Amino acid sequence: MIARILATAIIELHIARRNLWVVIAVGLMVVFSLVLSAVGSAPIGELGADRLSVTVASLTSLSVYLVPLVALLMSFDAVAGEAERGTLPLLLTYPVARWEVLAGKLLAHCAILIIALVAGYGAAAAIAIVNDPAALSGIGALWRLTWTSSLLGATFLGIGYALSSLARRTSGAAGLAIGLWLGSVVLYDLALLAAVVADNGGSFTKNVFPAALLANPADAFRLFNLTASQAGGVAAGIGGAAGTIPQWQSLMSILLWPVFALWLASAAFRKVEP
Amino acid sequence: MTSTLTISNLTKDFGGVKALSEVSMHVAPGERVALLGHNGAGKSTMMKVILGLVAADSGEISVCGAAPGDADARSKVAYLPENAMFHSALTGLEQISYYMRLRGEDSVGAMALLDKVGLGAAAKRRIGTYSKGMRQRVGLAQALIGHPRLLVLDEPTSGLDPVSRRDFYELLDALAAEGAAILLSSHALTEVEARTDRLLILSRGRMVAEGSLAELRRDAALPVAMHITAINGYDADILAAIPNAIRVNDAVHVTCSQDEKLATLAQVAAMKGKIADIEVIPPSLEDIYSHFSRRDGQ
Ligand SMILES: Nc1ncnc2c1ncn2[C@@H]1O[C@H](COP(=O)(O)OP(=O)(O)O)[C@@H](O)[C@H]1O
Ligand SMILES: [Mg+2]
Repeated sequence: MIARILATAIIELHIARRNLWVVIAVGLMVVFSLVLSAVGSAPIGELGADRLSVTVASLTSLSVYLVPLVALLMSFDAVAGEAERGTLPLLLTYPVARWEVLAGKLLAHCAILIIALVAGYGAAAAIAIVNDPAALSGIGALWRLTWTSSLLGATFLGIGYALSSLARRTSGAAGLAIGLWLGSVVLYDLALLAAVVADNGGSFTKNVFPAALLANPADAFRLFNLTASQAGGVAAGIGGAAGTIPQWQSLMSILLWPVFALWLASAAFRKVEP
Repeated sequence: MTSTLTISNLTKDFGGVKALSEVSMHVAPGERVALLGHNGAGKSTMMKVILGLVAADSGEISVCGAAPGDADARSKVAYLPENAMFHSALTGLEQISYYMRLRGEDSVGAMALLDKVGLGAAAKRRIGTYSKGMRQRVGLAQALIGHPRLLVLDEPTSGLDPVSRRDFYELLDALAAEGAAILLSSHALTEVEARTDRLLILSRGRMVAEGSLAELRRDAALPVAMHITAINGYDADILAAIPNAIRVNDAVHVTCSQDEKLATLAQVAAMKGKIADIEVIPPSLEDIYSHFSRRDGQ
């Protein structure tokens, strides 16, 4: 079992390296992290937070968009691509379980994502620490951001595999992936914000809103990192609600989503008839 | 000896299109069976059902004692799809190493396997740069991994040149000698007849004939043709002596049933002073094949 998962991970790494996915993912994360740390370095001092914690707060806002996007881009092709290329029927006649195939792909894609995260966050953190050695006190926040980003990535990789299995064609899978990204990280928050404004402090804001935030893996990720960080005040908008939701709840959402997404992916993949 | 593959009354319908109807067959260990049929006859569908890729509507199938697609069956069956495809970014060596690991084999043997199918020199090049024949060989190489009890090969020689075909059938002979059961499909009867133990002819999803070539030839009872070249000026005598003889260009053609063959030859032999040459032409393989595949409903 382990041997088959590892074999699949190795082959996926070969493919990702040749398709330049490793380079693209790392490049995206590094460039955006550097741009952010250059732009976001202005308001220190007034907030009483160290420079690294401020950087982590801006990286959190960036990662909410970028990590799901990169994960979906890496995963939408996983099943649909194999079906379209005609490599899937042969693979499914091998003595390998379907979930093992997905686990192998997940392992490889997670590895690439973690490399990209470490490179991007590392670059931004290095700049913060070089400019202000006291920023080292924010290293805990950076570590927290790194592992929660990895889990967020795993969640969207799983969702991407599920979409890929449902769509069966890469063009359809790409459309679904982009739609899902827009819906979950952009429109979802806008809709919630609009509802909160309209509700004006009523029962929606008190009861439904916190649950709606926790139900979305991207919001739970932002919530967890902002609640945990002393620089919570830096964030505006939805982040302002962070204080009212206990941290263990957003942690549960962060931990449960990857499991659920992978279950979803294997359920969808099991239904694929090549 | 029990069969490696047994199918009884297999039926598969694709939204109104009967791809397979009431098909029964079996393949014994060490036996090489050819599945013949025109395009669309149902050969690929039957193979996909055997592999568990497509679910049958009804019928019983036993693959190495298990249900099609079972983990147990998959570990004992090798498949070569029609137009085998692989990821173009991978090298032949990476692809075969991967398949070996999936079968629990040590991937150090990958290079030897690629050498066996004549891809040793190209092993480290990307599959995207391979010709169709080379891709087909990657497909063959993966079908040879481990010791499959059953090989299901969908048009395995398409895209191969004649020399590679001969090498391919030699590989098959060796596998069959070790006890592997082999089911391969083709639409060229001439190619498989000398290399397989039994032929199955599928026509529009029905099994229309089954047996060795000699048996099929006898069952078809197709007429025998004789081409007679007369010594100058004697054609008229021959045409007069043999009732159903006709003139075609410079020769005299005679057609008779299998039963009349010896009697007709005796008539011809009686005129040996007037005949320069005679050629007896048995029904061709393609004639026999067409006979069985057309007889059904046409
Ligand atoms: N997935 C499918 N959906 C609908 N029809 C199919 C499908 N696969 C095969 N068929 C039909 O089943 C028949 C048999 O096809 P196939 O088994 O591929 O034939 P062969 O391999 O003998 O050329 C054809 O009429 C084909 O159109
Ligand atoms: Mg076919």
